[in-house]
Amino acid sequence: MVDHAGDLADRVWRRYDRKERLIRYAVLLVTLMVVYWAVRDIDIFWPWVWDAPTQISRLGARMWPPDPSRLGQIVGAMIETVHIATLATLLTIFIALPVSYIAAQNTTPNRFCLWLGRFILVSSRSVNTIIWALLFVAIFGPGVLAGILAIMFRSIGFIGKLMGEAIEEIDRRPVEAMEATGASKLKVIAYAVVPQVMPAFFAIVILRWDINIRESTVLGLVGAGGIGVLLQGSIDTFAWPTVATILIAIIALVLIGEAITGLLRSKVL
Amino acid sequence: MTRSDVDATGRRTWRKPPFIANPWLRYGLWLAVVAYLIWAFGSLPFNWARIGEGLPRAARIFGGGFPPSFERGGLLLTGFKESFQIAILATLLGVMLSIPFAVMAARNVAPMPVYLLGRAVIIVSRSFHPVIVAILFVAAVGFGPLAGILTLTLYSIGFVGKLLAEEIEEIDWGQVEAMKATGAGYLATLFYAVFPQILPRQVGLSMYQLDSNLRASAVVGIVGAGGIGGTLMNAFGRYDYDFAFAILLIIIAVILVSEGISGWVRKKIW
Amino acid sequence: MLEISKLVKRYGRDEPVLKELDLVVEGNSVVSIVGASGAGKSTMLRCINRLVEPTSGSIKLNGQELVNLRGAALRRARRKIGMVFQGFNLIDRLTVMENVLAGRLGYVSLYQAISRRYPQADIERAFTLMERVGIAHYANKRADALSGGERQRVGVVRALMQEPEVLLADEPTASLDPRTSEQIMKLLQSLASELSLPVLINIHNVAQAKAYTERIVGLRHGKMIFDGTPADFTREALDAIYGGIEAPDEDEGEDTKKPALATRKEVTDDPL
Repeated sequence: MVDHAGDLADRVWRRYDRKERLIRYAVLLVTLMVVYWAVRDIDIFWPWVWDAPTQISRLGARMWPPDPSRLGQIVGAMIETVHIATLATLLTIFIALPVSYIAAQNTTPNRFCLWLGRFILVSSRSVNTIIWALLFVAIFGPGVLAGILAIMFRSIGFIGKLMGEAIEEIDRRPVEAMEATGASKLKVIAYAVVPQVMPAFFAIVILRWDINIRESTVLGLVGAGGIGVLLQGSIDTFAWPTVATILIAIIALVLIGEAITGLLRSKVL
Repeated sequence: MTRSDVDATGRRTWRKPPFIANPWLRYGLWLAVVAYLIWAFGSLPFNWARIGEGLPRAARIFGGGFPPSFERGGLLLTGFKESFQIAILATLLGVMLSIPFAVMAARNVAPMPVYLLGRAVIIVSRSFHPVIVAILFVAAVGFGPLAGILTLTLYSIGFVGKLLAEEIEEIDWGQVEAMKATGAGYLATLFYAVFPQILPRQVGLSMYQLDSNLRASAVVGIVGAGGIGGTLMNAFGRYDYDFAFAILLIIIAVILVSEGISGWVRKKIW
Repeated sequence: MLEISKLVKRYGRDEPVLKELDLVVEGNSVVSIVGASGAGKSTMLRCINRLVEPTSGSIKLNGQELVNLRGAALRRARRKIGMVFQGFNLIDRLTVMENVLAGRLGYVSLYQAISRRYPQADIERAFTLMERVGIAHYANKRADALSGGERQRVGVVRALMQEPEVLLADEPTASLDPRTSEQIMKLLQSLASELSLPVLINIHNVAQAKAYTERIVGLRHGKMIFDGTPADFTREALDAIYGGIEAPDEDEGEDTKKPALATRKEVTDDPL
């Protein structure tokens, strides 16, 4: 019997082997420590946390029912928001395409251009739209121009990066065939590169337009035009029922935008 | 020969067939685009006088911004520390809460009314830009990191929940049936047949979400929800452009590093 | 007349792929080049139109030296050399007509190329050639809607649109089924005599080489080890070319894949 028990004890079942378990415990421990540090150190007045649900529901109560009296103004601001997103997306294309061309490894003219292109893409992507907006509001003053520029500067990185990847993934064989006909570089691009990246281009631009609609709703919070200006104004004057109407309008806008992009995708691609 | 039309001299011509065959639709679309551009540019309120001042102002801003000043390192450090804390806590809460919402929003495991509720939560939290959510939470619970954490938690629930719900909808149903066949209850089936299948994805998504929460935590501060964004906003407001550019540079550096780490970890796990 | 002398190509510091190769092709003869995978067939063809940079040696087309050409001069030389590819290398998303007219890219201006306003003579020539090979009714179909044999006909017409002085065909039948590949070989053979054009065909199928060409060149390890008529091509010659390596006709594109990859790094004057 004793031997048997010993056998049993040896046959312990483990999900992971020793090294894996050590790594798992280490990761868990580090995570717990980081969380403990974050909770202890963060500058939060804890009683407020326990009070937060009441405060949030109270704010919700103040918003109800939504006040539609300024609907005309809201719709006008919404249209402005869409204009900002659309114009910025269209204008971005003209800048993003050349940048993606020099930032793609197989089309870049030389090393310097490759790094210049990558630098433009990285700096554009790392700065959030609203931070770009802050900068452009400081330069050009509050208004839609700052908003359009902010959306553009953020979109250049997005469209440029994805287009660069699309260019890097093209089939090289048609390029070779066009070179063999004695075509110059621009002709090779027009015939062998452009047709291949066309579908990706439409997909990327449509995707970014969808994102830009969402992003342009907040531009107004720093004064860069669109529905955000109205939202900020209503919050500052504690017009909570109007805020509720604006929020509903934003949801509607985003859903309409998604429906349109879905339609475009199925039609164009 | 579809379009090898023979012209008057008996010679064949060829034109590239247009992308849209119907000429009315083709020119109609062009007309619509032009009309839209005129309408959009015409209706937007551009303040040209103020825009005209832009270049000298830009010169002043960039002139004042260079070289960036790292003198107030303490303030910088506090801001970033708070941004990290917001990102970490919001990711943890958001990822944990996203699991029940994902289950609720997956058509194959949730009953219809629950499914609609789960979808609604995800759609609403995805429709609002985090900055809008932040401004509402600031109004509700006051300035500071608490509003930031609440905002990014909701943001994480929306993003992770949506992708996780799609993942659950695509699981191998055979494993669920096998668990049901052993007589397991609803929760046991979830834990043994559903969660193991979505776990690797969940870990990868969490890393991704930590990265994007860190990015977002830099901007929610602009409306007062704590973190480095507030510091940046103050620097801009007080025309301390050299300090503002220092903050911007560090934000870019932190984002690049975090993107690199998150990408590396996800590659390791998958 | 195409004269290749002492052609050497080596990739990096490896053993040369082509070792001092000499070959003269005259008039309107159809020459097939046979050899195992990696024998250097594909590299040799690509050296002629400089898709691959030769390491040393000389290639003369009708008296003009090709090896030292650069830029616009190289492009002018290339348009005199038609090439047909194993994988057809068509631009899938463009129409058959556009693919065919692309053969004129070396001649037309950039504006004409982009706006697709090709000269009347080019369009006339395109229709004539497409009728000749039986694809004129596909003019406005997208290239990827065609079958393999039809696609290769488009490839052949595109090469002929260049009004070439020599036609290179790199395994033109390797991606096709046996019946279609015989049709393509027949087409190349008859086009060569109609247009009095020298044609060089890399080919793996020895039976087809014997049936459709009047001269066979055998390569092994970058050296020419056979040069003669199909009648001279005996069992011994076959063994000498393929012996101890592999049976002929079992290779599906390995041969072209390797040099194609290498061209990525090698093409220096056109980074595209």
